[in-house]
Parts: sequence; structure tokens; C-alpha cells
Amino acid sequence: MGGHSDASLPVRTGFLGWLNKRLPVDSFVKNQLTDYYAPKNFNIWYFFGSLALFVLVMQLVSGIFLTMHYKVGEATAFDSVEYIMREVPYGWLLRYLHSTGASAFFIVVYLHMFRAMLYGSYKAPRELLWLFGMVIYLALMAEAFMGYVLPWGNMSFWGAQVIVNLFGTIPVIGPGLVEWIRGDYGIADATLNRFFSLHVVAVPLILLLMVMLHLVALHETGSNNPDGIEINDNKGKDGKPLDGIPFHPYYTVKDIFGVGVFLTAFCFVVFFMPTFGGIFLEKPNFEMANAMSTPEHIAPVWYFTPFYAILRAVPDQQLGALAMALSILCLVVLPWLDRSPVRSTRYRGWIWKLALTLFVVSFVSLGYLGLEPPSPLYTLLARIFSVIYFSFFVFMPLYTKLDPVKPLPARVSYDHG
Amino acid sequence: MVYDAAVFRHEPISMSDPSGAALHGSPPSTEAVDTSRRGFLVQATGAAGALGAAFAAVPFLASWSPSERARAMGAPVELDVSKIEPGQMVTLTWRKQAIYVVHRTPEMVSGLPGHDGQLKDPASKASEQPAYATNAKRTVRDDFLVVVGNCTHLGCLPKARFEQAQPELGADWPGGFFCPCHGSRFDLAGRVFQGSPASVNLRIPPYSFSSDSLLVIGKDDTAQGAA
Repeated sequence: MGGHSDASLPVRTGFLGWLNKRLPVDSFVKNQLTDYYAPKNFNIWYFFGSLALFVLVMQLVSGIFLTMHYKVGEATAFDSVEYIMREVPYGWLLRYLHSTGASAFFIVVYLHMFRAMLYGSYKAPRELLWLFGMVIYLALMAEAFMGYVLPWGNMSFWGAQVIVNLFGTIPVIGPGLVEWIRGDYGIADATLNRFFSLHVVAVPLILLLMVMLHLVALHETGSNNPDGIEINDNKGKDGKPLDGIPFHPYYTVKDIFGVGVFLTAFCFVVFFMPTFGGIFLEKPNFEMANAMSTPEHIAPVWYFTPFYAILRAVPDQQLGALAMALSILCLVVLPWLDRSPVRSTRYRGWIWKLALTLFVVSFVSLGYLGLEPPSPLYTLLARIFSVIYFSFFVFMPLYTKLDPVKPLPARVSYDHG
Repeated sequence: MVYDAAVFRHEPISMSDPSGAALHGSPPSTEAVDTSRRGFLVQATGAAGALGAAFAAVPFLASWSPSERARAMGAPVELDVSKIEPGQMVTLTWRKQAIYVVHRTPEMVSGLPGHDGQLKDPASKASEQPAYATNAKRTVRDDFLVVVGNCTHLGCLPKARFEQAQPELGADWPGGFFCPCHGSRFDLAGRVFQGSPASVNLRIPPYSFSSDSLLVIGKDDTAQGAA
């Protein structure tokens, strides 16, 4: 590697000299932070990546401490969560940080994903960056689902029942697969135990690995920006991008400020409305799992409801599960569906702006409909919004080509005011 | 680092050369590399390794199957049906599934053929039930309906709605089951109505009557029984 021979690195003696001969600390900091240039025109949408990383760390820490008091098992799980809430010093805080953190994670991840769609950040050469992000998103969904089962409340149980049975709709192997996932003839102790293992060990390891790959891929291509043009196309005499600024200290300071604003809102929810009116923690989950009593209305936690609404909108069970799977997978192939010559919405035409608006409206509406009990009107609306949702992806190769785009600027637009 | 091909060509390394010059500075060998032989060996090694990994995965994957204890807990269960009043339903558990046993009145049974046109699978051709329950009433005995309560859509428990013409289910509701999760509707033989998200009728477990009043769920007279 020879990082220590770089003349631009500080001359170290003593312990730091000893250390840098054995571990490339200085060269890493230089290459990845102080000499890593990011576009200078980042706006508010660029807070959510670092916030997602912050929430991940928060979930890991609160999760480690919850695991010290939680007792997995169908006879002990529910009681141990109540024990955490009532008897462990600050146990309520650990649990509400973790449960509110789960919802916060999805809020920042959805905003982070929307940012990528808004500015075309998934387009070449950042397709792999987007794919790593999608694997993180899928792992996060698995993590959240299994985490919701652990308190062994009645919604935990029936949520697990519904989600696991989705795999039963796969032709031929479905029923056997479901039994294999559950490890019993129904959702049982065996299911709870394996979900615990996956939730606290396997999926977090995958998440950490994928986050690392996501960051390595990001630092290879460099960040996109609200103008969707490459800052490396305009370099000064020193070889640095003219429209770039070093990540540290400029964006580290910006991101720390973002964390402060985030924590203000986050702590307000943790302290004053941790169930968020039954949206972050559902009421039937304060009642123990009961295989003989389905809650009156089963709805997943809000972050799954857009896909759940699509599942319910299809009047056939296999096709419904297929539509739900496709609605998530559509996002994965986004880089190859978008044929627009420009990245950013700022320089795209009215067709794209209309399509993106309709997509957001349908996603949010489906999210609302998925929370509500089924009714004929809501089913009709869910069908309409499902069609809009899929149309956004299916017709994208066509309308992104027809879209009247504007000429791109040579340099990023940046208002010093 | 680029490996010196000489290392792979099994050229004798002189022991009298402690500087290792033979490793780094030896002249290229005239012996040709047999690339097809090397390719075959690489592929064969890879295939053997993959096969070994697949075998090694078997115990881990198999550990997820129901344990011996879970299988033992899935033994048949019995119910004295003489205690169920006509028109009433009893729920019990067999293999973690809810089993509904309904004592159907003669009126309930006679009303069954009246709405075949509104059903997805009136003759239970696509549905799951033992051969002895593949009939219009889906039972061994007309007076007792035995079904797996878990909805064939996604496993919720449909509620008993035996009264006819209920406000939420419409004036022509003939009585049956309504799933609160996703709105699937079933008649008094567990057959699914059109417009429900469930595609097939409620499942019928294997069962038999060991006497006039003793129902055994999970065991029947056929060979596959409680398999």
C-alpha cells in the first residue's frame, strides 16, 4: 500500500509514528475524509444517509442492552418485555429507543431513497451503490419484521402468521417451505427462537457488511448532487474538483448538526408519544400472543403498509403475494428502467415530474390504506393506486425517453446567499 | 504481488542459495504450462468444494424442520361431539391450527346448495380435503362440519357469522364465516365466496368418528391418516 510514504501525510513520531507504520490511519483519514471531495451543493435531502448510519448505531446499542434483559421463548418473551418496561432501571427508555428507532430508521431510509429518485442518484455509474442500498433495505425489512415478533404480543403472533404464510403461496414448495420456516405446524416457540437468532446476530451482520460495501461503492464513484452532474468533470489545477469540498470538516459538521435536529424530534416521540397513536406500536401487541384469537384488525407496522395494501388489493391469493413481491423488486431494477439522459429532476421535463408526483401520491396513499380495515371503497382505491404504482415502473423506459429534458449546466448551481 | 511462474513449475530451488535468487531471478523455464490440465484441475477442485459445502449445509438447513418434540405434540386429538348443541361451534387446537367443529342444524345443511353460483369452488375441486370430505357438504356426517379454522388466505381466524342476513355481510348472507383480517367469506361448509381474497375453501383436516359421539382429529381410516 505504501500510504506511509505519501509526502502529503503528516510526519509522525512516537506512538502515532509506530501506529501508522502498522495501520494506515493517516492515509485512510486523508483518502476517505479530509481529501475526499463531495459536491458543495448538497441540500437538506443529503442529511438522511448519515442519519441512517446514526440510527443503525443507535439500534445496535439499544438492542445489545435489551438482549441483556429479554428472555426468548413463548412462555417468557412477553413477560420479559413487561419486566423491561416496569422493573429494569430505564428499561422503558431502552425499549422505546429501540421501537421508535425502528420507525425512525424507515423514515430516514425512505427519504434517503426518495432523494436518490429525485436526483437520479441510482443512474450510471452508481447502479451498484443503489443495489447495495436495496439489499440493506430488504435486510432492514426482515430485521424489522422479526424484531416485531420478539415481544410475543398478539399482533406479533398474527403478523408472523400472515407474513410467513405468504411463502405458502409459492407453487409446489410453498406448504413445505412454510413448515420449514416455522419449525412447527404453526407459529411456535421454535419460530420465535430462530427469529431471535436472526434478529440479533445474522441480519445485523449482513446489514453491517452491506453498509460497508455501500460506503466503499459511494467513495469509489463519489456522491451525486442535486444537479446530477459529475463534479469530477471540472477539476482545478491542483486536480481537485472545483465544485467539491472536503468531506471533513465541512460535511461532518453538517451531518452532526443534522443528528442534533433529528434527536430533538426523535426524543420528543420517545418521551411523549412512543406508540405514536398505535402506529409505531400497535395496541393489540400489549396483549399476549394467542393462537385462538385473531385481533379484530390485522395491519403491519406503517412501513410495510404500502406493500400490504397492494397484497390486499389483488383478489387472488397467489397473484396478490406475487404483486407484493414485485412492488418491492421494481425498486431494485430502477437503474435499468430509467432511460433519461439526465439524472436530476431539476433538468427533467413535465412527464417525469408528473410521474414522480403520482408515484409519491400512490405510495403514501397505499401506506394509509394498508393501515385501515378493508372496505369496498378502500379496496377500489387501493386497486387504483396499485395500478399507478406499477405504471410508474412499467412505463418508465418509455416516458423517460419521451420526456423533454433541459440542457445541463457546466457547473453545479450554488447559491451563496 | 505477481507470482513468479517458476514457483509453480516445480523447479528445484537450490539449497545453496540462501538469498533466494533462484526464486526471483531464475531464467524462464522452457517447459510449457498445460493450461487445459490446470483449468480442469481448478474446475474439479471447485466442483468438489461446492459439493462438500452443499453437504455441509444439509444439517444446518435440516435443523429448521419441526423437531421430534414438535412432531410428537402433533398427535391426534379427540372431542366428544355430543356436548355441542345444534347451531353451536367448538374450537380446539390440533397441530397449532384452530379446528372448528360446527354442529349444523338440518336447516343449515339444507341451505348449502342454495348459493353455489356465488362460490369460487363449489365442488371443492381446487381445495384441500380428504377424499371422504370431497362432497357437496364437505363432511363425513352432515350434522358435523370439521374444518381448519385458519383462513386459506393468510392464516387468520375467520369469525362465526351463522345468522342469516347480517348488516355488514348483506341481506343475502346465508350464514358462514367472515375473516376480519382481509374480508374473506366462507359458507357453512367452509366454501369460499367470490370476491374474497382467499382462493380456496377452508381446509378439512383428516378426521374420523371412533364412536357415534367421539370425533378424532388427525386420524382417519385411510392409510395416509395423520401423516
